[in-house]
Amino acid sequence: MSGPILSIRGLEKRFAGIVATNNLSLDVQAGETHALIGPNGAGKTTLIAQLQGELTPDGGAISFDGADITREPAWRRARLGIARSFQITSVFPAFTALQNVALAAQARERHGFRFFKNASADSALTRPAMEALTTIGLDSRADIVAEDLSHGERRQLELAMALAMKPKLLLLDEPMAGMGRQDGQRMTKILAGLKQNYAILLVEHDMDAVFALADRVSVLVAGAVIATGDPAAIRSDSAVKAAYLGHKG
Amino acid sequence: MAETKATLAKADGAATRVFAPIVLLALLALAPTLSNAVDNPFLIRLFTRAVIFAMAAVALNVVLGYGGLVSLMHAGLAGIGAYAVAILAFHDYDGSKFVGIFPGTGNLAISIPLAMILAGLGAAITGVVSLRTSGAYFIMITLAFNQMLYYFFVALQKYGGDDGLQILGSLDFFGLDVSKRATFYYFALAALTVETAFFALLVESRFGIILRACAQNERRVVALGVPPLRYKVAAFAISGAAAGLAGAMWATGQQFVSPSDLSWVRSGDYIVMAVLGGMGLVWGPVLGAIVYVLLEAFLPAWTQFWQAPFGVVVILIVVFLRGGLLDLVGAKGARGNGGGRG
Amino acid sequence: MSPSLFVEQSLNGVQLGVMLFLMAAGLTLVFGIMNLINLAHGSLYMAGAFFAATVFQLTDSFTLAVLVAVPASALVGAFVEWAVLRRFYQRSHLDQVLVTFGLILVFNDVVRMIWGVVPVPLSPPDALSGPVHLFGGVEYPAFRLAILAVGALVALGLYIVVSHTRVGMWIRAGASDRPMASALGVDVELVFSLVFSAGAALAGLAGLMAGPITAVQVGMGEPILILALVVTVIGGIGSIRGAFVAALIIGIGDTFGRVLLPPALGSMVIFMLMAAILAWRPKGLFPVHG
Repeated sequence: MSGPILSIRGLEKRFAGIVATNNLSLDVQAGETHALIGPNGAGKTTLIAQLQGELTPDGGAISFDGADITREPAWRRARLGIARSFQITSVFPAFTALQNVALAAQARERHGFRFFKNASADSALTRPAMEALTTIGLDSRADIVAEDLSHGERRQLELAMALAMKPKLLLLDEPMAGMGRQDGQRMTKILAGLKQNYAILLVEHDMDAVFALADRVSVLVAGAVIATGDPAAIRSDSAVKAAYLGHKG
Repeated sequence: MAETKATLAKADGAATRVFAPIVLLALLALAPTLSNAVDNPFLIRLFTRAVIFAMAAVALNVVLGYGGLVSLMHAGLAGIGAYAVAILAFHDYDGSKFVGIFPGTGNLAISIPLAMILAGLGAAITGVVSLRTSGAYFIMITLAFNQMLYYFFVALQKYGGDDGLQILGSLDFFGLDVSKRATFYYFALAALTVETAFFALLVESRFGIILRACAQNERRVVALGVPPLRYKVAAFAISGAAAGLAGAMWATGQQFVSPSDLSWVRSGDYIVMAVLGGMGLVWGPVLGAIVYVLLEAFLPAWTQFWQAPFGVVVILIVVFLRGGLLDLVGAKGARGNGGGRG
Repeated sequence: MSPSLFVEQSLNGVQLGVMLFLMAAGLTLVFGIMNLINLAHGSLYMAGAFFAATVFQLTDSFTLAVLVAVPASALVGAFVEWAVLRRFYQRSHLDQVLVTFGLILVFNDVVRMIWGVVPVPLSPPDALSGPVHLFGGVEYPAFRLAILAVGALVALGLYIVVSHTRVGMWIRAGASDRPMASALGVDVELVFSLVFSAGAALAGLAGLMAGPITAVQVGMGEPILILALVVTVIGGIGSIRGAFVAALIIGIGDTFGRVLLPPALGSMVIFMLMAAILAWRPKGLFPVHG
């Protein structure tokens, strides 16, 4: 059973000569919550984008669930079970919360070429969508148009969309970005509930959340992993302190 | 609170999405009666023109208002449909064969579906090239393809070239003689009704949801596991086929088709109609087409130079009335679905 | 095809190419820098031709016509930019299409009001009205050759301005990063106005040079606008170098397509070319954005 669900080997990515990902190797074990921390510009979002498929790496290999996905297009990776939430909230602003999540459920179900039946009244889509909203605690806001939701609610909505894809791996790019203290604590609680059921690669700046949630932590500096270990070990690692935590004061 | 707001939104949605178009189409059905009552055949000609423009504008709006795709080639696509009907009628009349193989026909039950298939194919082929690009590229490429179709039909000397092609034989639909003005009007109005109902279902279907989602946030669509291109090409082809239907109706009603019907300016007019009526509703462009035809008919009565005032109207609408005329009555969703924001 | 015909058609192709470049340069700069789709660019071409024709009728001097028409076109461009278009840089492409479409209708009618619907005569200057004898006994109209030379000079000048001067640096800064350009103290609004007016001047120049060859009449800018859009798209929107290469490809492709192929195909050649190039490179030959 155990063994890595996601395995990255020697990943390379350059933008106009600037190295964004530098011979990066990393494993995410099945069922683990793996946090990725590092200073701004360390290449965290670039890495997430390469894992999700929006960016193509210049070198190295990514394997997911035993299959090489380095060259797979993003939409196919999503179907294989990789769900990403974006650092900058990315939802469908003109759809209701329920429609947003129902579309995620529909993407999983396929059958996009159905032209007549009203999708918003299709319980095969709305039921799982409602379930995902309930899991995330957004069920009371199901009929609100996404652009009318608060920032914190939209972050939750993104997570609900990811869940409705029934993924094997969640790539969460700063799920607490821009949240107040209260919203952040609620999100931490939600994620704590999810970590039983999903493998998670979590990029986050909120160290309280990271140390509360993560089973293992990797530190990314200048596009490469400089240390991986359990939270306690990382907290006391002197190299990490020097490279990263030290900057935070 | 949330409950009430949602319920209200739904009620409003039902009013603008279901009842209003039914009322509008029913009113349109009165045009021949009205025309007879005031004994003015000009009226029915005017409304025939409006109904056919409406078909093209409704077709366009599915990709424009719902898919966010600013197509400037819908006049060209409609032209494919128009020439299909006219060329088939041409061969039917003189008994010759198209490229020496296919016999012509004056039966619209054959030529209309064929017109739609050809226009849909044309849209699919050009769509594969143009939809791989985005935003500004798409607009310019569709404009170029529109001109390509224009020049193609200009160059077809056999079918009238620059002068256009007159339909000399008679056209019928399963024996229904559509040469009578009123009969043809009802025939076209029925087609518009079917088209509008079809698209009203389509935009709420799974397919429609994906199309609308692509207009709002294509990156997210991909991240959910849906490859956008095939849906956009399919939507463009369906929209193209519907434009082909409008073109076929145009040729039938006029008994004539000419390259000037394919001018890119006409494509621009269709966009104006869609925006004028309101892109956020399937039937919005019907209203836009009616207003357009009325302006086109009555502005010249005041001034010889009616295009300048019309151009000013267009500019003012863009500057002030961003949801079209439906904004004036405060209809929900007149603004579109995040479409056209590319 | 005889060698002399080949030479003549090649010159025709290059001449069309430089005309298209003059048009496409304005389009591509305005799009690349201000992110504006300007369908009314053809109206500026038309304006240039009409101004020149009027001055020519009054003074009988082509030189004077050029000297008046080019700045006049730039002024019209500056006015339209100031009065209408600068409000649309941040708006959606759909809004830009609509507003410039509206402008075309207005322009056409205004021209109709002033000059009527009958084409206005404009003949080439006397010095350039005859043919020139080229090598191998090929005769070629001097005026067309002059167009070719002017176009080549303008292309060269534009290249130098954009890539080697301070103004050009501003232009490139405005194109790639507007906030950064502002922060560096570049008056972005002024740069935009200048670029738009320069584009208008080039379009006017193209229009007045086309006048003696085609006809000075309402709507004359629209066919060339479409070709210029094709050029812009093939070259990569925003790329001057791309516009130049694509303009020559389209100019030569269109000319030879019409000579060598049956009419139905010949008129479609450039669009097929466009489709083929975009299928291969969706962002054009010299992509600028991403």
